[in-house]
Amino acid sequence: MTAREARLIVDGVIRRVPASITVAAALLSLDLPFRRSVSGQHRAALCGMGVCFECRVRIDGVAQQRACQVTVRDGMTVDSE
Amino acid sequence: MSDAFDIAIVGAGPAGLAAAAAAATHGRRVVLIDSQPRPGGQVWRHDVRHGYPAMADRSIREALSSRGVTWLAETQVIATEASHLLLQDPRRGYLLPYRSLIIATGARELLMPFPGWTLPGVVGAGGLQALVKQGWALRGRRVLVAGSGPLLLAAAATARKHGAIVTGIHEQASTGELHRFARSLWRWPAKLAQAAALQVSLRGIDYRHGSVVTEAVGEHAVSAALIERAGHVQRVDCDVLAVGFGLVPDLTLARQIGCATRADTLHPQVDVDTHQRTSLDDTFAAGESCGIGGRDCARLEGRIAGLAAAGVAIPDALLRRRDHARAFATLLREHFALSPRVRELARDDTLICRCEDVSFGAVRAHGDPRSAKLATRCGMGACQGRVCGAAMTELGLGARTDARPPFFPARLSTLGEPDFPSSLPASRGIQA
Repeated sequence: MTAREARLIVDGVIRRVPASITVAAALLSLDLPFRRSVSGQHRAALCGMGVCFECRVRIDGVAQQRACQVTVRDGMTVDSE
Repeated sequence: MSDAFDIAIVGAGPAGLAAAAAAATHGRRVVLIDSQPRPGGQVWRHDVRHGYPAMADRSIREALSSRGVTWLAETQVIATEASHLLLQDPRRGYLLPYRSLIIATGARELLMPFPGWTLPGVVGAGGLQALVKQGWALRGRRVLVAGSGPLLLAAAATARKHGAIVTGIHEQASTGELHRFARSLWRWPAKLAQAAALQVSLRGIDYRHGSVVTEAVGEHAVSAALIERAGHVQRVDCDVLAVGFGLVPDLTLARQIGCATRADTLHPQVDVDTHQRTSLDDTFAAGESCGIGGRDCARLEGRIAGLAAAGVAIPDALLRRRDHARAFATLLREHFALSPRVRELARDDTLICRCEDVSFGAVRAHGDPRSAKLATRCGMGACQGRVCGAAMTELGLGARTDARPPFFPARLSTLGEPDFPSSLPASRGIQA
């Protein structure tokens, strides 16, 4: 792994992504899920600026984080909700 | 309260940066607050691959290298008290006292509901631009851009620059309106230059007028869009569908502290005088929160607000330039007014509240927005009505309500016993 990469553990699988991108950008780039809505529909990032709350995921064990507001960090754990 | 800053500025986009630089030039102690890790706001959002545009880079350096400017990144305003902001960053929450306040909170995107708009892969037009700049790898993906306004062109250009195959741009405004808009642009040479540059970077991409996306199609993610133009419906395959209908002022902070607003359009804006003063003492507003006028207008208003908050004279020439830039706002809203067709897209089973999964039909069954809210939970989810509120206003389902404190999810420790910290984090400057 280079310094320009970060390792994420997404739903239990190690993924390598460019450092300095956001968690939302990482999940979108890898076509990975974000969350299910209250009626069970798949949802993903929509507004990209922290307003819509559609990109919520669990990050390092903390629930309901907006993925578009968080930059990836090596060793970060991300779980879809 | 000797630790108080002279001026607190909320929002580090073009308006907030200009305000900070102007006030600091006159020796004021300024604190510049933004929820993002880097300054620039939305229009000057840092691009992980291409950095900042030159103008943004200069403005950011000018503001943040000023003596007397403290920059608070990743800091959200959670609530307000008399002359204090309750702030939260990734580490802690605290109360920040200030003497004057400049609201430079900008705008958010108007997203209108249509069948299929909740599918993954459907994003806002501004949303596309923001997510691409955050590092969404689009190389080889087919991206369709639709909705209304100049932002569609900017978003498409950014996506293309990142390797996306932009399969078309569909503007709902008519060809006649767009021609009238283009003919009026000569009065704003900077805008004309911007338009010309965009035209070059979008060469070869189909730009359709009077064209509306009526449905996003797909199983678990979007795979195609239905597009209606002149009565004909066409199906276009895509991997990403970006749809936005322009911007609406973000009034959460302004409304909470009690600034008067006025409504030149369906979506209210902060009411300011010629010196960017709001209805409250020592409180100013600049940029898109005062109505959607674009980057140049925001920079000029920010500078005026910074000077006014510093209590120094404002040159007449600056005020005249601002008035001219502000006139562009009128042009935008006249020529990109939403066609009735856009308001007819939602069907009874189309979700309008994405947080609580409430359908358009369920909301419409109730006479007024309050009973709709009580019965259906529409607007009561995580986004606090930030998305569905503006859409409901457009659909004639009542005025939007604003987010209440805490404006964003807050830790209990933030809400508990916030104390103003003995030492603020040092200015972090521009991080490479």
